[in-house]
Amino acid sequence: MYKSDRVIQWVSHIFLFVLSIGSIIPFIILLSSSLTGEEAILKDGYSFFPKEFSFTAYEYLLNNSGSIIRAYGITIFVTVFGTFVSLVMTSLLAYGLSRRDLPYRNALAFFVFFTLLFNGGLVPTYLVYTQILDLKNTIWALIVPGLLMNGFNVLLMRTFFITSIPEPVIESARMDGAGEFRTFFSIVLPLSLPIMATIGLLQTIHYWNDWFNGLIYVTDPSLFSIQNILNRMLSDIQFLASSDLGTNASQAASQIPSTGVRMAIAVIGVLPILIAYPFFQKYLVKGIAIGSVKG
Amino acid sequence: MITEGGKRMSDVTVKKVKSNSHIVPVAKSNTKMLKFKRFLPLFIMMTPGLVYLLINNYLPMFGLIIAFKDINYAKGIFASDWIGLKNFEYLFSTRDAFVITRNTILYNGGFILINTVLAIGVAIMLNEIKNKFAKSFYQSVILLPFLISMVIVSYLGFAFLSEDVGYLNNTILPFLGLDGVSWYNEAEYWPYILTFISTWKGVGFLCVIYLAAIIGIDQEYYEAATLDGANKWQQIIHITIPTIMPVIIMMTLLAIGRIFYSDFGLFFQVPMNSGALYDTTNVIDTYVYRGLMQLGDIGMSAAAGLYQSIVGFVLVLLSNYIVRKKSKDNALF
Repeated sequence: MYKSDRVIQWVSHIFLFVLSIGSIIPFIILLSSSLTGEEAILKDGYSFFPKEFSFTAYEYLLNNSGSIIRAYGITIFVTVFGTFVSLVMTSLLAYGLSRRDLPYRNALAFFVFFTLLFNGGLVPTYLVYTQILDLKNTIWALIVPGLLMNGFNVLLMRTFFITSIPEPVIESARMDGAGEFRTFFSIVLPLSLPIMATIGLLQTIHYWNDWFNGLIYVTDPSLFSIQNILNRMLSDIQFLASSDLGTNASQAASQIPSTGVRMAIAVIGVLPILIAYPFFQKYLVKGIAIGSVKG
Repeated sequence: MITEGGKRMSDVTVKKVKSNSHIVPVAKSNTKMLKFKRFLPLFIMMTPGLVYLLINNYLPMFGLIIAFKDINYAKGIFASDWIGLKNFEYLFSTRDAFVITRNTILYNGGFILINTVLAIGVAIMLNEIKNKFAKSFYQSVILLPFLISMVIVSYLGFAFLSEDVGYLNNTILPFLGLDGVSWYNEAEYWPYILTFISTWKGVGFLCVIYLAAIIGIDQEYYEAATLDGANKWQQIIHITIPTIMPVIIMMTLLAIGRIFYSDFGLFFQVPMNSGALYDTTNVIDTYVYRGLMQLGDIGMSAAAGLYQSIVGFVLVLLSNYIVRKKSKDNALF
């Protein structure tokens, strides 16, 4: 082994180690701040290790858990329902497009593909969903706009169907008298679990992390997801910082959860993903790579 | 990929499958009927998805015409008066148009350069690590920031940058003997802060793509090089990098094609929508959002949106044209 090879090993280890620490540090500060007493934070600021260990932030959340639990429920519903519908719609459309004998196949594929090249942007989309479909302040506003399905996933799944499901299999099912629906659900679907898992995982992360739909379509706090609650608290802080500290401001300040509580809610929002991460990490890496490697 | 939802998938490469559809034979009317009956179930299956694209993607495209209207909710969108290019005249007569275009291009250009170089470096290093456990540990941890939402990122940012309780002002700057900085009021620091955060959040994702390309390289090249006495460094320079070059070029061109679209969360959430920072944090996406949601200036906002859609479209076509010239297989279409 060359001496320079050993140098490369060491340099790689050191560099990646530092990078890993850099990736984790903010999370540690987040966790530590949520476990630090309020006075300690106000005196010394956020820190790595709680100087004054305290569960008051979490106790506060437990005692005022109504809106948090509700927000959690909304996040979970939106994530589960949205991901499920998304998978159904995406796979059904992709399956049709994957069939070589489908009439107007190219025109339909272009219909899907064009959405990747050009889009109307925020303003017309907002007007469509608020003025025509009237989704403002409904739970559907968190599920439908933008997130439910995208052309990219459809084309990804179509590629999978074309390359991984042999045509004779579908043909023989037809010969045996199975209808299209039956063929799809009892033959194609069981063979497509890997791509379903991959796209389902990416969709789950998108739904869980989404705050954008809540920001523009929802003003009713009872429909806030966890991300929207976090978002709202942050903008309240900014509102206070930018306004003169008059009586109104101090009144508003008393309604904003304390510095520690804020971090505790952020911990609660991010924890489920961090806990689940080791289990889905393998699929996530595969999912990212799949998008870049020619299908 | 350019849609609101698809935005998050934006960095991934799209691959088009070669259509092998055969020419549809000329059918007589009764066979046409039969064929219709035969494919009806398939069309029914596809309907929900197609309808969704129609509503979510195509209706807004036609809605772009509102940039040429004076929107009046009382009259309704379609009945509002046409005002020609007035909205665009307003938009381009302000300094805003210049600032948001400059910011969008400089930031995204910087992100592409820095994130690509770093991601390739990290991918190569990860590939060199022999210890299996260490390798998977590093990779998992570096990908971690990709998983969290921009709202959480802005909390993390706040923990560091808050003027009163932030880690920088309370711990690091005093340690270095420097005075605290009012981060959310000083625009000059934000180009560095935002670039740092973009890298922190995005490198893991990009690195996975390059690592997949590196792993795909035929091991025989390396074995042959080792027999010829090449050391690791020489192998990296002469085998790894040239072999993944097509992937690098393709990913970069695709990113350049999307240079007019920014990560809205990064520019909106992380600076906490602070007005004092607009000069260095306002990009086209945040400008459109503020016009629509905060200022109620739909005309201007729609004009900026149309400007983005059209220039964005041209850039996508252009970058694809260049990819196509380089390598037909890697082109989108």
